[in-house]
Amino acid sequence: MNKIWIITKRELASFFDSLIAYVLIIIFLGLSGFFTWLFGNNVFLMNQASLQVFFGIAFWSLFFFIPAITMRMLAEENRAGTIELLSTKAISDWQIVVGKFLACVLLVLIALLCTLPYYITVSQLGSADHGVIIGGYLGLLLLSAGYISIGIFCSSITNNQIVAFLFALLIGIFFQLLFDVMGYTFRGAFGSIFNYLSMRTHFDSLSRGVIDSRDLIYFGSVIMAGLAFSQSMLSRRNWSA
Amino acid sequence: MSIVIEELTKKYGEQKAVNNISFEVKTGEVVGFLGPNGAGKSTTMKMITCYMSPTSGDIKLDGLSVLNQPEEIKKKIGYLPENNPLYTDMAIVDYLRFTAEIQGVEKSKISSRIGDMIDMCGLGVEKHKKINELSKGYRQRVGLAQAMIHDPEVLILDEPTTGLDPNQIIEIRKLIKKLGKEKTVILSSHILSEVEATCDRILIINRGRIVADGSADTLRHQSQGQELLTVHIEASTGDVHKALLGLPTVEKIDALEGKAGFFRVQSKPESLSRKAIFDLCVQNKWYLMEMTGIETRLEDVFRELTN
Repeated sequence: MNKIWIITKRELASFFDSLIAYVLIIIFLGLSGFFTWLFGNNVFLMNQASLQVFFGIAFWSLFFFIPAITMRMLAEENRAGTIELLSTKAISDWQIVVGKFLACVLLVLIALLCTLPYYITVSQLGSADHGVIIGGYLGLLLLSAGYISIGIFCSSITNNQIVAFLFALLIGIFFQLLFDVMGYTFRGAFGSIFNYLSMRTHFDSLSRGVIDSRDLIYFGSVIMAGLAFSQSMLSRRNWSA
Repeated sequence: MSIVIEELTKKYGEQKAVNNISFEVKTGEVVGFLGPNGAGKSTTMKMITCYMSPTSGDIKLDGLSVLNQPEEIKKKIGYLPENNPLYTDMAIVDYLRFTAEIQGVEKSKISSRIGDMIDMCGLGVEKHKKINELSKGYRQRVGLAQAMIHDPEVLILDEPTTGLDPNQIIEIRKLIKKLGKEKTVILSSHILSEVEATCDRILIINRGRIVADGSADTLRHQSQGQELLTVHIEASTGDVHKALLGLPTVEKIDALEGKAGFFRVQSKPESLSRKAIFDLCVQNKWYLMEMTGIETRLEDVFRELTN
């Protein structure tokens, strides 16, 4: 655990040193703030003390931002060769992967915490449904963790950050949109499988304020699968030829 | 800590990078890996440091096997990889702290270890600079510092002096020699004089196999075989070349080009010609101006074995 935290600490520091963290947080807050409060179907137009608008925006903006923060994770280590140095230290491949994963999750968590004033404002404006809002935040966090895990896997298979970014978007778009569409198109068993695979299904159910174990299991499995694949990609130097 | 390498093989696809090598390194020995590019030096080192697992065979450090206890082994090894990859966005001190923490140095000792490393590797002036602002020589020192930060029992250094200026090379060599008194060190290089200057023992590797193993002196001795002399004779009369060739111990004479009176004399195996040449000069009243034995250089041994 301690080793994982050392990696997480370093990655987080590097996010903030390289300004990536600030840029992302500012863009994220700017975008979501603009659409939540000022433009289009904003909170005032809806005339409801809810953050549904914000969750809808964040659902998409996180989808694009996360590959941008995960693309560097292992691709850069592969390119610079620092992975060799890191993996010969007293740390396992699993700890490296989980450490990096946690750093990204914490960065997203920080970004989400910065939107707490929205919550406070909304609950001042009317009687907000706290369960729904907490569920929405939890949904966003789990959704992000799922994409981060996918993003880290994409970063582990290449030494080029752009490839990692695009590949993460490609896999991501299935979970974000295509499985959902296929869920509607196909009928019967296929339809429900695709429906189950879609992040949207589970995110929607969480953001209704219902914390269901099925959704937690879904996100948990996506995260674990991504991390497990990343770990085995990291250990591929040991695969027998 | 002793290192035992048993029938180690590493294949990349069909190609055997390391082909069934076995050797042993005793505690406190400084061993130099010598070999042309692509000989399998780095691959062997990567396997000792648990970066790659061997295709077959085993490596044991004091009985710990890289196959079963990599975590234990990694704690005891300090490694400087070939191109010295470092997190260039970190300051030296931060990077060393990060390494120390990962390697499990006790919290209370981390600061003093960092201080020691900075003094030892001469990083004092630069210690708060980011690594990407450093020259190659300083980066190499950071690489060494991170390898030694947890006071490992074994040091594996892949080409430790590349990119250093001559003064730094001498410093690093001194450092390696000093470390070698208590630690087991394996370093690789293709600079022969470097290996000769720092190592107790030299292993020459070529195409994945060990082709020579021994101290610099033994290797030189092994390949020397026949006596080789440069002779300068000043003679007013007589044919020196013919006379020299007439000596019973001499096998071959080459006149050196462009230098009158200079000859390279090769004796027959296991015989010496110095006295005979001297006597010959006395008989013919020639002046013997110079007679020097040519010592086989390590370069020659290396080229002979790897070509």
